[in-house]
Amino acid sequence: MPSMPETPAIVTENLGRIYKIRGPKRKDDPKEVIALEGVNLSIPRGQVFGLLGPNGAGKTTLIKILTTLLLPSSGRALVDGLDVAVHTQEIRRRIAMVSGGETSGYGLLTVEENLWMFARFYGLDSKVARQRIDEMIHVVGLDEKRRTKISDLSTGLRQKMNFIRGFVSDPDVVFLDEPTLGLDVAAARQVRDYVLTWMRQHPDRTLLLTTHYMAEADEMCDRLGIIDKGKLLALDTPSNLKRRLAKETVYSLKVAPLGNRPVDRADMIEGVSGVRQATVVEQDGLTELNLILDEDDALSGVLDHLHRRGSALLALEKRVPTLEDVFVDLVGRGLDVDTSQRADDQAAEGSA
Amino acid sequence: MTISQRILDLPLVRRSDALRTFVVATWLGWQIESNWADPFLFAVYSIVRPLAGVLILVVMYAVITASAFEDPTFAYIYVGNALYILVGMVITGVSWAIIDDREHYRVAKNIFTAPLNGYTYLFGRGVARLIIGSVSVLITLGFGIFFFGLPIRLSAIDWPLLLVSSVLGLTALACLGLIMGAWTLTMARHFWSVGDAVAGAMYLFSGAIFPLSVLPVWLRWIGFLLPVTYWLEAMRRALLGDEVASFDTLAFLSNQALVAILAGFAVVLFVVSAYFYRWALHTSKEKGLLDMESGY
Repeated sequence: MPSMPETPAIVTENLGRIYKIRGPKRKDDPKEVIALEGVNLSIPRGQVFGLLGPNGAGKTTLIKILTTLLLPSSGRALVDGLDVAVHTQEIRRRIAMVSGGETSGYGLLTVEENLWMFARFYGLDSKVARQRIDEMIHVVGLDEKRRTKISDLSTGLRQKMNFIRGFVSDPDVVFLDEPTLGLDVAAARQVRDYVLTWMRQHPDRTLLLTTHYMAEADEMCDRLGIIDKGKLLALDTPSNLKRRLAKETVYSLKVAPLGNRPVDRADMIEGVSGVRQATVVEQDGLTELNLILDEDDALSGVLDHLHRRGSALLALEKRVPTLEDVFVDLVGRGLDVDTSQRADDQAAEGSA
Repeated sequence: MTISQRILDLPLVRRSDALRTFVVATWLGWQIESNWADPFLFAVYSIVRPLAGVLILVVMYAVITASAFEDPTFAYIYVGNALYILVGMVITGVSWAIIDDREHYRVAKNIFTAPLNGYTYLFGRGVARLIIGSVSVLITLGFGIFFFGLPIRLSAIDWPLLLVSSVLGLTALACLGLIMGAWTLTMARHFWSVGDAVAGAMYLFSGAIFPLSVLPVWLRWIGFLLPVTYWLEAMRRALLGDEVASFDTLAFLSNQALVAILAGFAVVLFVVSAYFYRWALHTSKEKGLLDMESGY
């Protein structure tokens, strides 16, 4: 079934997935957990599409459905114009998936043997497989480890090997689920460069990427989807997403200490008039507050609030909105930071 | 790798998902089964383990019968046990491949997103265990002939019956193993014991350690419904000849009838296992269990 060039690489129509989780006792009724709800998505060919969301947002569930590991509960998903629930084998010939932080792989096989085996599962003939493996091993810097059993590789090197496995079949659509998770800065850089170079060399291919790293998403993705609690909240280019906050103002404040936790939520910083979103990061004994305000005038209310709580203001910066701010604005919390309420909880625990 | 590479480059194999998958999975299975220890340890494990298992029964038999090794009952028990090594290896081998891929190597998601034929993948993974099991059976039988005077003479073996019943019996066993493996795909917990539980239950009812006539009539029917019962009977007749005539439970069946029954089982189990695998795969994808790691 040949794909048409104008067909989007990935389409989801009202896609939903519900997990039924049984309790510890057999007689317990299964609890329904909504992992995805009414997701509509269309990713054209040649795009690097990023999916941002906190843990449990539904990113991996969506990837599992698109890679034919999981059936949707409602709606449908198409990869290369093929329905994931029907044309499983045809889709598998065209896709590849790499998950970050993977410790997977047959530990008793060498790097070369693992890659050779998967290349053969994908139907590559021996000569082509060896040639591609040689090239890619060299590109990611695994030359010296090619005959090492993968049980003897570090997590980072194993992740590099899995990365090669994903690309060795020369797939049309690649799914990268947190590809740089667990990698050091240099290795993550190498992976990002490889992906971007590969996309430049293969402009007709498509890449769906999930990541926790906003800067990575900003740098790599042509378009982004922000997902939380199974719902797609926004879908646009990184620059357009950032433009959503053009009317609002974004401030970073450093204070010490944050002060006692107010009893009533209305008395917390989010309760201050004009504060749209607030996230708090505790670091080195300091508290960093990132605030999205409806307008500059709201800042005086914030400073009054901090003063009442006994916080000392150390630094204040008005800055250009980042993807992280867009994310916080849409989701109500950061990817890797606690919400202000959680920080307040921690502060309360600390002072108790 | 060279031999498998040559096979894989054959046009027929290269173009077929099923054949290509089978060859690569067989290679993988062999690497897994044989590479976990150095060759010496592997050889010791492959020889000592089956011998130890059968010697337990030999000692028990010797104590009870005052070492009546010339009695046909001894040959019946010994051969049944030696052959039963294959039942366990093949049936549990396939379900272990699923457990290994999911829990140990954590590659289930990579395997099941590759364009391979899952059915022949599991068959291929089972082949290595079949080979190792066959070697164990031969060693155990040789040990019995040499040390206990097991009445197996190469010149007296019914080779055609041995060959046909081996092929049909092992096909039926592999299909049973595939059903167990497919069943494992649909389970979130307790999957460790599926293959072992079934192999253990069949040990009791298939006439491996005692003739079915020892069982109450209503329990014998369980044995009559198992392919292993007919396979063991056919193999015993091929290897032991007249010795088996002492046990009359299946004496009413001619060799041809035994082979026909085995062939029927092989065909039915092949069809059932193929459909069951498809159902199990679908169910597993529906429940989200295909790449599940329970951490058990």
